[in-house]
Amino acid sequence: MITAEQKPMDEIRGMLAPYKRVLALGCGSCVAECAAGGEKETAMLASALRMAARIHDEEVLIHEKTVDRQCVEEFILPLDDMIGEYDAVLSLGCGAGVQAVSEMYQEIPIIPALNTEFLGETKDQGYWVENCLGCGDCMLYYFGGICPLARCSKQILNGPCGGSVDGRCEVNPDIPCAWQLIIDRLTQFGELHRLEEIYPPKNWARKQGSGPRKIIREDQQT
Amino acid sequence: MSTESRLKKVLNQGGFAVTAECGPPKGANAEAVLKKAELLHGKVDAVNVTDNQTAIVRMSSLAACALLKHAGLDPVLQMVVRDRNRIALQSDILGASALGIHNVLCLSGDHQRFGNQPGCVGVFDLDSIQFLQVVKGMRDEGLILGGEPLDKAPDVFIGAAANPFADPLGFRVTRLAKKIKAGADFIQTQCIYNLDRFETWLSMAVDRGLTEKAYIIGGVTPLKSAGMARYMKERVSGMDIPDEIITRMEGVPKEKQREEGIRICVETITRLKELQGVRGVHIMAIEWEAAVGAIAEGAGLLPRPEIDKG
Repeated sequence: MITAEQKPMDEIRGMLAPYKRVLALGCGSCVAECAAGGEKETAMLASALRMAARIHDEEVLIHEKTVDRQCVEEFILPLDDMIGEYDAVLSLGCGAGVQAVSEMYQEIPIIPALNTEFLGETKDQGYWVENCLGCGDCMLYYFGGICPLARCSKQILNGPCGGSVDGRCEVNPDIPCAWQLIIDRLTQFGELHRLEEIYPPKNWARKQGSGPRKIIREDQQT
Repeated sequence: MSTESRLKKVLNQGGFAVTAECGPPKGANAEAVLKKAELLHGKVDAVNVTDNQTAIVRMSSLAACALLKHAGLDPVLQMVVRDRNRIALQSDILGASALGIHNVLCLSGDHQRFGNQPGCVGVFDLDSIQFLQVVKGMRDEGLILGGEPLDKAPDVFIGAAANPFADPLGFRVTRLAKKIKAGADFIQTQCIYNLDRFETWLSMAVDRGLTEKAYIIGGVTPLKSAGMARYMKERVSGMDIPDEIITRMEGVPKEKQREEGIRICVETITRLKELQGVRGVHIMAIEWEAAVGAIAEGAGLLPRPEIDKG
């Protein structure tokens, strides 16, 4: 899923300063799953903003609403009837959600309340880790199911570097050395010999070679 | 001015090579580089110039190499893949060769987190092994990555680093083999303090026939103080300093610790010279270039041999 974290309150208040009628807009998908922008978090943020406005003696109206997916037009459409009441939307969607809403309602500023982080795995309650870069050309087969691009701090495809000690990464001992994991895993499968081969340079054209990426599936279009 | 690699010639002639390290200044001062060059002149076969080491902005390695070349030294251009993509790396290899810089050491580079630009992009477009392969292709086949021909191939003696002290030990030798297969003509190792571990690694390399395929140059760094030894042990990842070295440094008064550091270095080199498969020593006297001559002298490595100019 896409993970995100809420921006600091001061930054959010700074961005909202010019606006008197604000819709806090949550998203019920990924950012709800990672407890950053779902219905509950939207209610809490709206309430915190109202309280801050009261303390500072500001006259601001803040309403809240959560849609199932801010990144899909048909889920945004129900806002048509209400959007006119507001002079700004504070979106608790990911970056894709903020921009999708923006595109629908160009006459009104859509302000991000979250910092979108990464494609994450839920490790534990309240604990998410980045395991995938979305490079467009999955290499997990070759590396025993562990991605060196996402999980090695130097994105080494022929690792490990000289900073791998006791299975930890030199960049931060909290980070497991991805290459130690890869070696352990391939050893377990009796496939360590795969790493004798030099893995060639990555074709980054699949990620960023032609500007922003898109997927067009004619079989899915009507 | 010789336009070929002296380091390559010394090694090819069967000599025990001596290289040193020169860290470029944090500024545009050519004099700072030339002063270091003077300290190293005649004491070593080649001088490695570090590339924004520890991710701290310094004078470019390529520029400092050109200064050393003009001062009559044989520079080894260290290049990290942290700061340049494959276009810039290949371009700088061509530029280096054109400037008469004929040794290159292909490295990953210290992570940007440790330096003074922690907000920068870490490029890591190629890794060090892929980079070695690219340089070899440019030199031996006259082709850049992707297969386009060069009008003149660069003339470079290709080096790589190895850390015998990082984990996992078994795979360290596999990685050395990959570096040699990729194109490394010579290998400079991480600083050796734990000779036992180094010898274990080396014998594994000998068993795989690797020491026949590339020149292994053992790294040493003279300790300036017991404090430096403790710092390196605790804070520098991949650095293996046995407790007896630290105890030994602590056992001499502060003002004598530098001498002791040099003595340890000389003893290490004396042992390295006797090991099958070690073909030289790389003396990394960090901001202490003056120590290099004393170490080379103490280890019986002076004068440096004449080389066949042909």
